[in-house]
Amino acid sequence: MAARGGRGGGGSSGHCSQDKSITLPPDEIFRNLENAKCFAIDIGGSLTKLAYYSTVQHKVARVRSFDHSGKDIEHESPYEVTVQEEITARLHFIKFENTYIETCLDFIKDHLVNTETKVIKATGGGAYKFKDLIEKKLGLKVDKEDVMTCLIKGCNFVLTNIPHEVFAYQKDSDTEFRFQTNHPNIFPYLLVNIGSGVSIVKVEMEDKFEWIGGSSIGGGTFWGLGALLTKTKKFDELLQLASKGQHTNVDMLVKDVYGGAYQTLGLSGNLIASSFGKSATADKDFSKEDMAKSLLHMISNDIGQLACLYAKLHNLDKIYFGGFFIRGHPVTMRTITYSINFFSKGEVQALFLRHEGYLGAIGAFLKGAEQDNPNQYSWGENYAGSSGLMSTSPDLCPMQRTRSGTFDMFEMDRLERPLVNLPLLQDPSTYIPDTVDLTDDAMARKYWLTCFEEALDGVAKRAAASQPDSIDAVERAEKFQQKYWNKLQTLRQQPFAYGTLTVRSLLDTREHCLNEFNFPDPYSKIKQKENGIALKCFQGVIESLDSLDWKERQLALVKGLLAGNVFDWGAKAVSDVLESETQFGFEEAKSKLQERPWLEDSYNEWLDRLKEGPPHKCALIFADNSGIDIILGVFPFVRELLSSGTEVILACNSGPALNDVTYSESLIVTEKIAAMDSVIQSALKEERLLLVQTGSSSPCLDLSRLDKGLAVLVRERKTDLVIIEGMGRAIHTNYYAALKCESLKLAVIKNSWLAERLGGKIFSVIFKYEVPRE
Amino acid sequence: MKLIVAKERSFPWFGMDIGGTLVKLVYFEPKDITAEEEQEEVENLKSIRKYLTSNTAYGKTGIRDVHLELKNLTVCGRKGNLHFIRFPSCAMHRFIQMGSEKNFSSLHTTLCATGGGAYKFEEDFRMCMCIEMTIAGCRVDLHGANQPVQINTQLAQLRGGHPKHGAKGSCPNSHPPGMALHIADLQLHKLDELDCLIQGLLYVDSVGFNGQPECYYFENPADPEQCQKKPYCLDNPYPMLLVNIGSGVSVLAVYSKDNYKRVTGTSLGGGTFLGLCCLLTGCETFEEALEMAAKGDSTNVDKLVKDIYGGDYERFGLQGSAVASSFGHMMSKEKRDTTSKEDLARATLVTITNNIGSIARMCALNENIDRVVFVGNFLRINMIAMKVLAYAMDYWSKGQLKALFLEHEGYFGAVGALLELLKMTDDQ
Repeated sequence: MAARGGRGGGGSSGHCSQDKSITLPPDEIFRNLENAKCFAIDIGGSLTKLAYYSTVQHKVARVRSFDHSGKDIEHESPYEVTVQEEITARLHFIKFENTYIETCLDFIKDHLVNTETKVIKATGGGAYKFKDLIEKKLGLKVDKEDVMTCLIKGCNFVLTNIPHEVFAYQKDSDTEFRFQTNHPNIFPYLLVNIGSGVSIVKVEMEDKFEWIGGSSIGGGTFWGLGALLTKTKKFDELLQLASKGQHTNVDMLVKDVYGGAYQTLGLSGNLIASSFGKSATADKDFSKEDMAKSLLHMISNDIGQLACLYAKLHNLDKIYFGGFFIRGHPVTMRTITYSINFFSKGEVQALFLRHEGYLGAIGAFLKGAEQDNPNQYSWGENYAGSSGLMSTSPDLCPMQRTRSGTFDMFEMDRLERPLVNLPLLQDPSTYIPDTVDLTDDAMARKYWLTCFEEALDGVAKRAAASQPDSIDAVERAEKFQQKYWNKLQTLRQQPFAYGTLTVRSLLDTREHCLNEFNFPDPYSKIKQKENGIALKCFQGVIESLDSLDWKERQLALVKGLLAGNVFDWGAKAVSDVLESETQFGFEEAKSKLQERPWLEDSYNEWLDRLKEGPPHKCALIFADNSGIDIILGVFPFVRELLSSGTEVILACNSGPALNDVTYSESLIVTEKIAAMDSVIQSALKEERLLLVQTGSSSPCLDLSRLDKGLAVLVRERKTDLVIIEGMGRAIHTNYYAALKCESLKLAVIKNSWLAERLGGKIFSVIFKYEVPRE
Repeated sequence: MKLIVAKERSFPWFGMDIGGTLVKLVYFEPKDITAEEEQEEVENLKSIRKYLTSNTAYGKTGIRDVHLELKNLTVCGRKGNLHFIRFPSCAMHRFIQMGSEKNFSSLHTTLCATGGGAYKFEEDFRMCMCIEMTIAGCRVDLHGANQPVQINTQLAQLRGGHPKHGAKGSCPNSHPPGMALHIADLQLHKLDELDCLIQGLLYVDSVGFNGQPECYYFENPADPEQCQKKPYCLDNPYPMLLVNIGSGVSVLAVYSKDNYKRVTGTSLGGGTFLGLCCLLTGCETFEEALEMAAKGDSTNVDKLVKDIYGGDYERFGLQGSAVASSFGHMMSKEKRDTTSKEDLARATLVTITNNIGSIARMCALNENIDRVVFVGNFLRINMIAMKVLAYAMDYWSKGQLKALFLEHEGYFGAVGALLELLKMTDDQ
């Protein structure tokens, strides 16, 4: 639509003149406005950040057992799949330039259908200036909140809820953005906010923080002094000048005073002895670029020095930097990082936040939404609805910029259940789920991005086909395809956009995009059919296993588990086979498997452990695919564990991802198996077999974000064995995960590139049995 | 403080501190010259003494700070006056040339120099003055290891030309010894500037300022009306945080006469003030910059807390009058167009000074020291800066920290160098 209210000069008020050239696609920006509530706004010097809370109606696939009352009809399928509407909560954040504020407010007003909201929380320096406009346009009362309180609240929120929120900036590295693992305990930390001035705040607890100092030399000094020196008006342009300049022409260096280094103090000759020192003595003109560069160094060094002095005084080693001086500007992140490194002698690392620009808005929102208790939930970043880091940085992604104007979006989904660390992680603070960092590994990145691009057509077709009754399924599938394609292109240019790029994040992004276009579970029908087929084979498989002696049976069980894992619709090599060979079954899969010795083979150690050690107390199994995998691979294995006296916790995904078995499917499947098998039945009844959900909807597994119920159970049952199955959970993630107890990671590599990388061929087998070191 | 002197050092007695912007020279003028000595005194020496003591300005840029002269001082058993002279470091080459013209090197003397320039201009000294060098200043790696190096050069050849700084091609060592027309006898001793600074400061404070105390502070720093300069007794100076504000800034924690460490430094110093002032206002000298600053109002340039919050920011206990963003108003074009050069000069001065105060205060806290002594030529004729520092120390520490100042603010390095000269024996 054309900018609403884009009147000529006459009517509009002076301070918010409108850019008429912009064509907003606001329905793609201010999404889900119909039920929006809890508005909050953070108006800074040049950018406005708007936050609201909304509900999103989603289609979800529900599974349900057929009603058994009365007739005993032989169904082809083991259960029904129905599509239902589900309502989930989502947080929307939109960042735009202050010039668009009136247009945006108009749009919101027109689309805000159903809201009881009476108040809008406002923060930031501009909140005061735009108060009347907001009240007039939206008819909401503006309720001002303290800037710093909002900032800290927002900071705590992202540090707790968003993986890879924090990064260090490294100039001379392939990966400029080095994302950090979320530490279980975020406090205490120092927040250095570089706005027009600098505020240094020590945060000790959720609601306890203290302004410990500041400096008047900040972003405003760079901008103001820079404008005077170079006659350049815009902050961004000043930074551009600075990045082209040579500060040594303006600054007096140690070598200018000493002729070389100051050796007794170990000061290098290239250190700045006096900022602008040369402009006092030399009778000449200085270039704008050089002066801007010198100014940037002067200010960054000064802030870094003060930050280090405060960190030392308060004994803190985590310093997060924020404010408009830092925001999305690699140049300033670089100079601040250098300065912190220099003044702390490498002891303190300068850290930055991906959603730094939103902290105030998030905090103001949290203030306003206290009755909804947002802090009691876990939240997940929605990759489909979020623009990603630097999306509006003009240098980095002109493409994205033109696509969405200068709007940047950030969405978070409220997760139904709180997420916590797996209690069995050896060290939660150093645990990294992902095996390969694709931001680091350019070759792997190229391969996987291409791989996902190539598979996209098939995924979109499958999505459309999964909803044959829907008239707009094809259209939605196309939109999905376009959206995910764009994400992949963004990631090609900015691998750091959503934190560390990994196969997991690529998979998760795809799931988020599918959900966005109401394809909650494209594989539900396939899963249904395959579960039906596999259930029919269950008894036969059990009988043949039972006919083997103990030793033979153990190997057959493991092979069964691995063969089951071949049935993975996420792997292109497999889905091609499954599409073309309808008869491809369990035995065919077994024949595909690599012969022993496997690529990674500690089967003998596992066998010895079973033979010689006492049975495990309790095993936690993370299941992978539906159908043959769970029913003919995992369940016989579970049955064996139960028979030998080991309790089993079977953990399946809360939500759908590819053809992975979901928790609700696992309930039905287990019920069906129990009806056929007394071992399973009694174990269920006696609660020696427990079904839980992981809290995740990803084909991969992040052991630091698991359902709280699962964690409680793991602790209660004194779990001493963790079994992780499948490529997504045991290879793309957790391959190197160190646990406090014994673990078994098994998978079949269904991708020849990955197999080759690991030194094998397609259908190579990983069987990794690990015992923690004492 | 007594100086232990093994053997009387022959005149002239100089101490020199060659900084990034200024060269500071102290000269001891003996007043107890006997008739016998007078007769023996070579003509060169006499002319140097006359030249220095009868003038207060030298060339275009050299100045003797007459008001700082220490009178009737007894040094190494000799009575005399200590003179304080400064000139810009960029005139260093001319100074060296003048020295050679006055045949300084024939005096068989030693020149003790400190500051970066002692290193930077070493080559030039050798070139022009045919100096016989003893590298004594480099304590760490060179001390004791080097024997005096005899350097012979043809003075006549060099006297005419103005040698380019750092001209590597003309290393004097390459001259064959046989070509010497004149054997020089001036030794350059390079001395560590921080050592000199501390020794000089302690010495001057101990002898006092012609009967007046050397050290002072400001009473009632928070109140511009009541703020007054008061003497301070620095008899027990330790520990002290010593903040030397030259072109750049060094911060030292001093625990005893020879136990100190450099805590940190900042490149935002006097050079930054002057450099920015020159760029912003077109002024050319420190004096000019300060004069403008005295007439200006920094609140037209700086954004104050009240400009943002309408008053105090109570949540953080910040006064409305505190500067929130230095040069913050200059983000707006209208304000840029209406602000005066004087305002800009004042804002530059206040910004740099407050920042130094901030860093000094944090260092004092980290080092657990409550006396902060500010020295260096940035403070010369700079009452605004001193009062700002006094106020900043007092206000932000809630009266816990005291800012101290010294009358001979920028000359301690040079005095320290002179003291080193007197400690040396002639045959060293």
